[in-house]
Amino acid sequence: MSAHGWITTTLILVPLGGALLLWLVPMPRVWIAPTAMLVSLFEIGFWIEAVARFDFDRGGLQEASKLTWFKDLGVAYHVGMFEGFSLWLVGLTTVVMAAAVAYGMWAGRDNPRAYYGLMLFLTGAIVGVFTAQDLLLFYVFWEAMLIPLYVLIGVWGGPRRLQATIKFVIYTMVGSLLMLAAVIVYGLQAGTFSMVSGGTNASDWIFLGFAAAFIVKAPLFPFHGWLPDAYRESPAEVSAVLSGIVSKAAAFGFLRICFSLFPVGVHDFRTPILVLAAIGLAYGSLLAFRAPDIRGVVAYSSLAQLGLIMLGLFATNDLGINGAVLQMVNHGLISAVLFMLAGAIERRAATGQFDLLGGFARGRPALATVLMTTGIIALAVPGSTAFAGEFAILAGVFRQGWFYAVVGAAAIVLAAMYMLRLISAVLHERPGPSATEAALDLRPGELAILTPLVALLLFLSAWPAAISDRVSAAAQPAPAASAIGTSTAETT
Amino acid sequence: MIGAIARPPVDWFAISPALATLGAAGLCLMVAVLVPERARRATAAFTAAAGFVTAFVLAAVLYDRSPDGESVIAAAVRRDRYAALAAIIVAGAGLVAVLVSYSERTKGHVAEFYALLSAAAGGMIFLASANNLMTLFLGLEWFSISLYILCAVDADRERSLEAGLKYLIVGGFGSAVLLFGSALVYGATGELEFSRIAFSVASNDLAHDTILLIGLAMVLAGLGFKVSAAPFHMWTPDVYEGAPTSVTAFMSAATKTAALVLTLRILFTAFPQEADLWTIAVAVIACASLAVGNLAALVQRNIKRLLAYSSISHAGFMLIAVASHNALGGRALLYYLIPYSAMSIGAFAVVAARERELGQEVTLDNLAGMGWERPLLGAAMWTFMLGFAGLPPTGGFLGKFYVFSAAYDHGWLWLVIVGVAATAVSLYYYLAVIRALYMRPSAELQFAAGGQPPRDLLLQLGVLACVAVAVGSFFGVQPLVDLSRHAFQTLPL
Repeated sequence: MSAHGWITTTLILVPLGGALLLWLVPMPRVWIAPTAMLVSLFEIGFWIEAVARFDFDRGGLQEASKLTWFKDLGVAYHVGMFEGFSLWLVGLTTVVMAAAVAYGMWAGRDNPRAYYGLMLFLTGAIVGVFTAQDLLLFYVFWEAMLIPLYVLIGVWGGPRRLQATIKFVIYTMVGSLLMLAAVIVYGLQAGTFSMVSGGTNASDWIFLGFAAAFIVKAPLFPFHGWLPDAYRESPAEVSAVLSGIVSKAAAFGFLRICFSLFPVGVHDFRTPILVLAAIGLAYGSLLAFRAPDIRGVVAYSSLAQLGLIMLGLFATNDLGINGAVLQMVNHGLISAVLFMLAGAIERRAATGQFDLLGGFARGRPALATVLMTTGIIALAVPGSTAFAGEFAILAGVFRQGWFYAVVGAAAIVLAAMYMLRLISAVLHERPGPSATEAALDLRPGELAILTPLVALLLFLSAWPAAISDRVSAAAQPAPAASAIGTSTAETT
Repeated sequence: MIGAIARPPVDWFAISPALATLGAAGLCLMVAVLVPERARRATAAFTAAAGFVTAFVLAAVLYDRSPDGESVIAAAVRRDRYAALAAIIVAGAGLVAVLVSYSERTKGHVAEFYALLSAAAGGMIFLASANNLMTLFLGLEWFSISLYILCAVDADRERSLEAGLKYLIVGGFGSAVLLFGSALVYGATGELEFSRIAFSVASNDLAHDTILLIGLAMVLAGLGFKVSAAPFHMWTPDVYEGAPTSVTAFMSAATKTAALVLTLRILFTAFPQEADLWTIAVAVIACASLAVGNLAALVQRNIKRLLAYSSISHAGFMLIAVASHNALGGRALLYYLIPYSAMSIGAFAVVAARERELGQEVTLDNLAGMGWERPLLGAAMWTFMLGFAGLPPTGGFLGKFYVFSAAYDHGWLWLVIVGVAATAVSLYYYLAVIRALYMRPSAELQFAAGGQPPRDLLLQLGVLACVAVAVGSFFGVQPLVDLSRHAFQTLPL
């Protein structure tokens, strides 16, 4: 193991260790949630330490560590971070997971031992996905992500949670198993499962195996059947994690695996994926505009945003990829805030239906401010970080064809419409039957969870280059950038 | 005149694991007669456990001291690491089965129960080291007859008797087919010993001799009955459901281990020239098992039946490794058996615990809420189900990974796809168990008369050991794969 790589392993092991601690060590019930919170905060601390240790001028894989796992098939425990995107996505994970744990603590979930253990386990698995440099290890973390999500939705979710979990698991597992077959074929052909030294593979079928898993998990139209149920029936903070981080794991998979290992596949299937992404963007935006409840709007807007991110990625140029990575972080934070706000409102009004809500702005200034700020950022008002991300994506994808940019621009108009509809339906209009005086403003506890996330969004609005400038220069995973670059040059 | 028969030199050490369990079986029978009623259960269980521990240790030493593999006792028995590893798995399974069965509420005949359990394990260990068609049949009948009785040992329960009878009839039929096939193979080649059959086929150019091939097909079918691979699986759900749960636990792990290990041995060493035919046949059987096991399991409510169908589907997965006919496949099979045996015994042990708690058959409905009421058993069952479904972090995932790799290495991508599709289907029913454990409101339970039994520490210990193996084989995959590789290398190929 290289001497410098301990921080990445620590980022994976701290939450997993925290989960085991909660499950195995007897402790008074009141300690459980604070312990989990403490572990989450330590995780953020370790991430800040990782940022501090990073050499931003150097690019490439950093903080890597490698251990042979089983050598006859060439599988290794190999983790590390690319500064341009892994680092930021890991940061997003630590922050959103900490917020989710805090929200769970505030909401008081029952069976705390199991609940917080699973949340921490999920954190470790997601960080593992973002840092794995070995395909089998990546697959292991990818599947490990599913297990806690399944239970978190199935046990603590809403009334129709069982159907939601079945759909979620079947959809994602079919995709994942195709990926497993692809992993095996790729690994045995290359003689190693390493993403770093495995080299590229020209097979379209292997590319499709990976793409299947990522497309379902993102999800991309028309594979989003699991999405509305899962996002509606999950506990609010789990929805936040699902749409905020887990969907990013899929986009990350395209960026890290498909782009660097399967340039030919990316090139061959760029147009179909761009078309699906554009359809998903338009379709998700339209559905979000028609959705009857808060979570529905956020869920479908998530579908639309992932379409947009995919447009950026499959623009396969620096501008588009830059914008996509920035937008991944933006959307992670935005949807986390919106889902937790939805949860907060549902706790007060016992419903998220727009026709029962309304008038929440009166006498609830904190709630109104947070929702308004996030909503305005989400609709990509110029000057916001989402605007920066979306602008870069559209500029990037324009080079692949003006059509995509037109769809994207139209969808941004739709985004303004559905976000404003959400804001006015909740905050303004006539108070609905469920918006009673008993529904209080955001409590200090909730504000303490949401404010840092909103503050991060405002910080990124002021300085989006903190993320976007660093993507292209350094982080293109080694052989791919050149390969994609050439293939782009050939087609344009 | 005994003296007139030339007796071969006997390498007692080579068969010592089987002898240890056989000795324990004998002692248990003595216990049944000599030890007073109240101490009988403890003494017999301890004797059987001691027998399994001895067999385990002896097999481990045997593994260590047989790095090259040789045929011993007039080439009737093979002394190699391959057999020793199988013996280790069977002995371990037997030991856990003793822990699980200790609080089984059977009336009478406890010492005989343990005698039969030890004897069955001895037969399986012997079978794994069989080197000719005679010892093969001897080992097979030895453990089968013990198991026929064990299935029916709960003589007060009609289901148990039914299970025993069914297993006897179907198993007897399977043995007859195997014997007939052996006779045909002998008739075609004039040889009993595995490697000499291959030699005879090679020197007389018999590779596509009709009689030999019919014999091979019948041997394969006979072994298919023991492996419970489709289409020879019909007995499995009924027998697994009816037999006492601790017996089912033992059978599902140990029988499968012995039968699969022997299937691979005989196909690889006695019939390498016919590989072009039997690889396809085994692949077809594997696909049939995957289809039947997984699809039938989808509609089961009774957990024991569900696990029975799941065991059929796992036979399919492991037969993929056999069908691959390469070193990777051999490794894959041996590695797969380790976590599979642990998960299988463990899952049935949890079912046994619930069964004793409720005093009735365990279904998906009365499993509801168990995860919260019994955190340890619930978490263990969860681990086993994830392992069966091939999810990390369990050895089940890496087992499937190895099996698929072997199939791909053979050039059979289609078999990988079939396996992947079967895994996707299997998730539905494995997750149904987890759903029942954790996500359904616990039912109003009718506890058995006399209230809940006290915590069964031995059973929990056994379950914990199974969890340790199931999860440990994921993290410690390299040493286990090394064990499997060295074991496979001692096969005379």
